[in-house]
Amino acid sequence: MEDQPAGAVGLVSDITGLNDTNIKLEPQHSTSRTQETLTRTKASKVSKKKSRTPRASAESMAKQQREISISEFFARNRHLLGFDNKRKALLTSVKEAVDNALDACEEGGVFPEIYLEIKQLSEDRFRMTCRDNGPGIVKAQIPNIFGKLLYGSKFHRLKMSRGQQGIGISAAGMYGLITTGKPVSIISRTGKGKPAHHYKLAIDTKKNKPDIIADKTVEVPWEQGTEIEIEMVASFNKGRQGVAEYIELTAIANPHTTIVFKGPDKKVIEFLRNVDELPEQTEEIQPHPHGVELGVLMKMIKETDSKQLGAFLSSEFSRVSPRIAKEVCAKAGQTQRTWLQSIGPSDIEKIYNALQETKLRAPSTNCLAPIGAEAILNGLLKGIKAEFYTASTRPPAVYRGNPFQIEVGMAFGGQLGSLDASNGDDKSKQPTTARVIRFANRVPLLYQQSACCTFKSVVDTKWNKYGLSQSRSTLPQAPFVVLIHMASVWVPFTSESKEAIADYDEIRKEIKLGLSECGRRLGTYIRRKKKRSHFAQRRDVFHRYIHEIVESCRAMTVCNKDDLRDALSELAERATEAADMEFDDHGKIIAKRKGGDSEMDNTIVLDESDQAPPGQMQLFSNGDDAAPRKVKRAKKSKKTSTKPKKKSGKKVKKRK
Amino acid sequence: MAKKKSNSKKAPKTVIKKRSKRGANGVKTTNKLEGLAESVVDNAFGRREPAIDIPIRALSNVSFNPKTRYIEMGDRCQQRSLFNYGQAKRFMQTLLVASKCKELVDADKTASIRQIYYLAKHTIKGTKEKTFDGQDESDPVIEDLEVALEALREELHVFAGSKGALIGELTFVDSGDTIDATKLGSGGYAIPSIVEPSVIQFKKCKAEYVLHVEKDTVWRRFVEDRFWEKHRCILTHGGGQPSRGVRRMLYRMHDELKLPVVCLLDNDPWGYYIYSVIKQGSINLAFESSRMAVPNAQFIGVSSFDYERFDLTDDVKIELDANDIKRAKQILNYPWFAGKKPWEREIKQMIKNGFKMEVEALCSKNLTFVTDEYTPQRLKQRKSWLD
Repeated sequence: MEDQPAGAVGLVSDITGLNDTNIKLEPQHSTSRTQETLTRTKASKVSKKKSRTPRASAESMAKQQREISISEFFARNRHLLGFDNKRKALLTSVKEAVDNALDACEEGGVFPEIYLEIKQLSEDRFRMTCRDNGPGIVKAQIPNIFGKLLYGSKFHRLKMSRGQQGIGISAAGMYGLITTGKPVSIISRTGKGKPAHHYKLAIDTKKNKPDIIADKTVEVPWEQGTEIEIEMVASFNKGRQGVAEYIELTAIANPHTTIVFKGPDKKVIEFLRNVDELPEQTEEIQPHPHGVELGVLMKMIKETDSKQLGAFLSSEFSRVSPRIAKEVCAKAGQTQRTWLQSIGPSDIEKIYNALQETKLRAPSTNCLAPIGAEAILNGLLKGIKAEFYTASTRPPAVYRGNPFQIEVGMAFGGQLGSLDASNGDDKSKQPTTARVIRFANRVPLLYQQSACCTFKSVVDTKWNKYGLSQSRSTLPQAPFVVLIHMASVWVPFTSESKEAIADYDEIRKEIKLGLSECGRRLGTYIRRKKKRSHFAQRRDVFHRYIHEIVESCRAMTVCNKDDLRDALSELAERATEAADMEFDDHGKIIAKRKGGDSEMDNTIVLDESDQAPPGQMQLFSNGDDAAPRKVKRAKKSKKTSTKPKKKSGKKVKKRK
Repeated sequence: MAKKKSNSKKAPKTVIKKRSKRGANGVKTTNKLEGLAESVVDNAFGRREPAIDIPIRALSNVSFNPKTRYIEMGDRCQQRSLFNYGQAKRFMQTLLVASKCKELVDADKTASIRQIYYLAKHTIKGTKEKTFDGQDESDPVIEDLEVALEALREELHVFAGSKGALIGELTFVDSGDTIDATKLGSGGYAIPSIVEPSVIQFKKCKAEYVLHVEKDTVWRRFVEDRFWEKHRCILTHGGGQPSRGVRRMLYRMHDELKLPVVCLLDNDPWGYYIYSVIKQGSINLAFESSRMAVPNAQFIGVSSFDYERFDLTDDVKIELDANDIKRAKQILNYPWFAGKKPWEREIKQMIKNGFKMEVEALCSKNLTFVTDEYTPQRLKQRKSWLD
């Protein structure tokens, strides 16, 4: 009991009403935190009985004491998995289905094409259909994967992947079953010539076993992939924190993916793939001693194949060489040859402390697959209509022995709004507040924003120096989106519901560095833009008066009006050359300054001619008299403004 | 100064013109206006940014010439350029007013400064912006043009509203009409904005001097009491700060009729400055001093010492405020006041008194005190006049 980690206590008390029961679990799957603590509860034999009925005898109580299945446990405690309410249940189901689909496709080496449909059957009943083009699942495994909790491939390894626990999709199926009584329907096909298997599965919650209701071979119009259909009681909400936002954000973080989403309103939203590279497959790594907790170490000692301490340390951990293993053993008062079986709990603690004290190399970082700055730009382009985009990928870093990598992206202006509007110059518009979009291992985080390390970093950044207005400790008031992605083999969430990233100093520091790197580029852009509009404004004023001056001069002396107008216009253009950037150098300003301007890497600026000052357009469109030059200019600027925005206006500058 | 707005209702709608004003001057002015436009055109075709040089009309660019005893304008100029964000509109306005003046000169018509404002005011094509937002924008532009072209306002065929009046022992011709200034009833002769020899010619003068008073109300007192008849003088007033027409009239009477000019003004800094403008010319219109200033003009009152001199009561006092004192010190520092002992004493006495006096205040003794006693006495006390 004394070794029991604090977390276990909390968890046991979560199992309301089960305190008196002898909890027994199937031992074969056990690595996740939850699972581990449950196992430990069992191992230490919960025997303290808080008898609420004093008259019961040990014998009568023994009748009630029986094994509970993990499925049964989660059926009762579904909030632990994100099924707290109807709205969240739908989102969580979508999330699990989409995450699984993406992981399957990437592992199978195909560009994911995901079709997701939410169909409203009655007021609070929905059917979710999710189909991918992944490698499919072999027939024998289908019932296990979808009909059994804690069955999966991602569970036992320290590797960067979206899902980590293997509970998700079967839990969604179980939720559907509990709320509607309808089984989960799965169709999977592993290749062109292969048959498609159609299963209807229910979960036997008592035994945590799939209950096969139907099993047949069907004809499907697609070559390979998996389709899952779950009917559930849920509610669909539009806007923030809804399925649509989740899909939008997933598309941003996964530009290599095509997602087609059909909502209950029958509207189809398509996010097409715009990156031709799959994310690199990451390597699995062994745990780094600095990231391991005492309980985990105990379990590892119990489960290892090694017989002696030295061999165990150097084979089970990364960055522990035989030499370092020797050093650790000496510090802990052991030798490399000490038999593991002979090591008691207090010795393990000594070994643990020795491991923490020893200086070790940081873990290798090839286990991380960041999205990449360019892919983030493509993702932002796909999902957010702005005029300025920038992104940056920080080098890998380490917190508590876990390697991680931070990526930051920013989108500004364009259809998000103008800076003036958010500064309150235009009273008719509400000021726009910046939006933070957060990702952990490419999975969007929608809830608990203010508890998240990323959000805190954004709020703490001094945006004023990058040209955005910001009140103390709030998001900046600007048409502005910040993207923050954390890639890690183990993302430290603040809670089991995986909604906010914990606030580690190392993580915070990396986020801040990423934010200021992108912020500097944004600041440069905003300053340039202001300067440009400043000059454009001047030019506008000069042009406005030229007509008057030409008329006046004509009234006083003999001259050719058109020639004089042309000459003066030319001078005006020359006097306000800086404004030309807006007229013919859209976005090229940055590209022009090759070499010296390395800080503008990974930045896209879109055509902004549709944002020319209204006064100017008005001036040109009213040129009813003989002013051929102005008319020509008007045509010119119209032409540029009708250019297809994304294709012609952008210019990506690659790193390297 | 002299920027006083003329009221369009007050201003005569058309100027009586029986004689053509298009003499040698008119042609010259046309040339000057053409030259202005040509320089803009030449610059534009020569790919140079067009600009107009405008002499600076400020204290920093005027100097007092002790020989001529009036204020002269320096030669420091300010460039007004089209392609300077802060000056673009002014530049446009200057050319616009110039073109309107050209039209006037060519058509041989004259217009008031307010009419010029309306002539030049219109909405700029394609915008909601007006060429002029108010007369306070067009008036300085007219003055700018005058100095830049070295052309007088009347040469540009622009006039201001009549301000100021004349009555007394003088006969003259105005636009062909002979006017006997002794037979003008109680209203007198309104001095027009343009009193050039081409418009007004003096005929007969029996007056011995010109008495200029500050305001209309005081002037009426003198007229009612027929002061001009008893004392054989010409009575003028300028309605406060005298307009150019009044000053030019005073100059001509002094210069052509050899009449001394004496001034009866309020005992306050503004009164002192009115005197200074009549005598030395103004800072703003320093370029016209030579044809307007009357360096021999004398200040007869009201003096700071008159309180004791005439045994006045407390009822005449108006307390000086901070602004008055500041202005008084400013005047004391003008080069044309500095070094004049009597003036120093006068201004210092006013500050010491702590009050100022209006000419009207003399009525506190009795209504005709100013015409029966004060002015005749002061006219005799030549030694206590201020120069």
